[in-house]
Amino acid sequence: MPLITYREALKNALSEEIERDENVFILGEEVAQYNGAYKVTEGLWKKYGDKRVVDTPISEAGFIGMGIGAAMLGLRPVIELMFWSFAYVGFDQIVNNAGCVRYMSGGLVNLPLVIRGPANGGTNVGATHSHTPENLLATTPGLKVVTPATAYDAKGLMKTAIRDNDPVMVMENTLLYGEKWEVPDEEYLVPLGVADVKRQGNDITLIAHGRAVITCLKAAELLAAEHKISAEVIDLRSIRPLDEGTLLDSVRKTHRAVVVEENKPFCGVGAQIASTLQEAIFDELDAPVGRVSSLDGPAIYSPPLEKKQLPDAARVIAKVLDLC
Amino acid sequence: METLAHPADAAINRRLTKEEKIRFLREMFRIRRFEQTSLKYYNLGKMGGFLHLYSGQEAVAIGTVSLLGENDHLVTAYRDHGHALAVGMDMKACMAELFGKATGCSKGKGGSMHFFAPDKKFWGGHGIVGGQTPLGLGLAFGLKYKGLRGCCLCYLGDGAVNQGTFHESLNVAALFKLPVIYIIENNGYSMGTSQKRSSSFQEALAKRAEGYDMVWDVFKGEDVYEVRAKTQIAIDRAHNDSEPTLLEIQTYRYYGHSVADANAKKYRTPEEIERYKANHDPIRIWSRRLMEEGILTETQIENIDVEAKEETNDAVKFAEGSPFPSEDEILSDVYWEVDHQTDAAKYGRYFFNS
Repeated sequence: MPLITYREALKNALSEEIERDENVFILGEEVAQYNGAYKVTEGLWKKYGDKRVVDTPISEAGFIGMGIGAAMLGLRPVIELMFWSFAYVGFDQIVNNAGCVRYMSGGLVNLPLVIRGPANGGTNVGATHSHTPENLLATTPGLKVVTPATAYDAKGLMKTAIRDNDPVMVMENTLLYGEKWEVPDEEYLVPLGVADVKRQGNDITLIAHGRAVITCLKAAELLAAEHKISAEVIDLRSIRPLDEGTLLDSVRKTHRAVVVEENKPFCGVGAQIASTLQEAIFDELDAPVGRVSSLDGPAIYSPPLEKKQLPDAARVIAKVLDLC
Repeated sequence: METLAHPADAAINRRLTKEEKIRFLREMFRIRRFEQTSLKYYNLGKMGGFLHLYSGQEAVAIGTVSLLGENDHLVTAYRDHGHALAVGMDMKACMAELFGKATGCSKGKGGSMHFFAPDKKFWGGHGIVGGQTPLGLGLAFGLKYKGLRGCCLCYLGDGAVNQGTFHESLNVAALFKLPVIYIIENNGYSMGTSQKRSSSFQEALAKRAEGYDMVWDVFKGEDVYEVRAKTQIAIDRAHNDSEPTLLEIQTYRYYGHSVADANAKKYRTPEEIERYKANHDPIRIWSRRLMEEGILTETQIENIDVEAKEETNDAVKFAEGSPFPSEDEILSDVYWEVDHQTDAAKYGRYFFNS
């Protein structure tokens, strides 16, 4: 199977969906002539032209809202945010218009749109550019949120998101854009709401999403080699809808769980999952559900310190050793 | 802009039949009576939330909507009852929505500020000031993308002109040459703050279009003929040249910003309101015209008003007799895929009630 980057996987997904459906188009800052700030859309403008790949001014609220209005007429915009952090100036459009219009219209309107872009810390760009709003958006009924951790999932989830008839927020990661994974040539889709067991194990379940999955895989390897602990790693892939079945099955087997995320702890995805585990399978748990998150301040600039602020394998291992 | 000796002489108005002119009057009475009746039942505690009444502004909705063709769409803010009735939404369903009933136009899920009728190309009904302005942009973008000859009328209040989204929208509309017509319904007050106290630039609000190289116009909104004549110019520009326009239509609201506006009688005098009602009321002006043109007699006009009143009373009966939504309705109409039980909705949990 060919090895391709996370970035190429996303680009291939966009390209295939543009070819498949005349209503699919890309909208955002620097997506066309500049070839994408992070080169996810590289070459697409040249290939598909002004109609399908549309450069916008720096007006996030304006062009997110424009995408929503276009989706009302049945178009399928894929709106790129250069950073998900920039969604904050368009929050009203995302939450009130993309998130609530279907409901407030009594189901008369549906909005088949995707908003995508990187949402991650770890690149020394300071607090304003390092937000990870998956919890903020997953808390809005009406929105769906996915956070691919590998090139395979990035492509499969992106294609599914574009075909979905509801607004889907796709949160990528600039630190993963250049990483390679095996991705088949033939078409495939990854459904929303299906978690993936990225590594089998018996002693503890590590539950993560986005790049934290990669951190957990590293931690699991070290736990096996150095501590004889067999950790299962579950990649949520999709935050809302959330695949609780896979989580519960795993923890029923391992009886211990740590939820790992690059987001901040307060009201994070991990808090939701910890609550679910204790409520659904309290008697199966042999230890409290542990959580590892970014350290709870705004994203720090200083490069060596930012590395410490984000969860790393050492912190995951320390938490696991606390619980096992 | 083209100036006309009299707006009634504009081609678009000369083409009007007697029946159409009578229909405009009937529609304006229907809006007026709908608003008066909803105020009455709001004050009786039958409705929740806010109620932003359109009384006084009727000629704007009726005049502009009367011009719309097959591919022309509209979207507005929270003062949306007038537009909803103007596009032909069922009055009973509109009233039932205010009562929070299952038979409401949004099944009781949207309320006064959130009426929608996609089948009539009416895309809401939006609660956040200025939040609908990028949607108007998108509807126009969609029409252009699909190669349809149409336009989108995007209404906003004068209070919305200082929101960032509005300025972003003007810029993109002009830059992308989108067939969108922004219509500022200037009723003089952004809630309780007059234009003088809210806008640094004291000339016409629509003149801000010049900053975006966009054509603009400002005119009075009390005469259906004038509203139609001036708006048609902008529609032609959208249809023929795919160019946007910013229109400012001067109008007036008889009630507060909303019924919950505690200071509605403080920031303007009762005399100001009475003066407007006496000299500028769109229904009075249109009634007078129809009498002058020999189309209707005073008695006939009164009968039309009585019919409108009866219709609103019937709408109230319908609303009062309708059930509230069932509790399971709280969790439907959230996701299309879930409502339609598609394959996409087969996996994962969507709702997190314990």
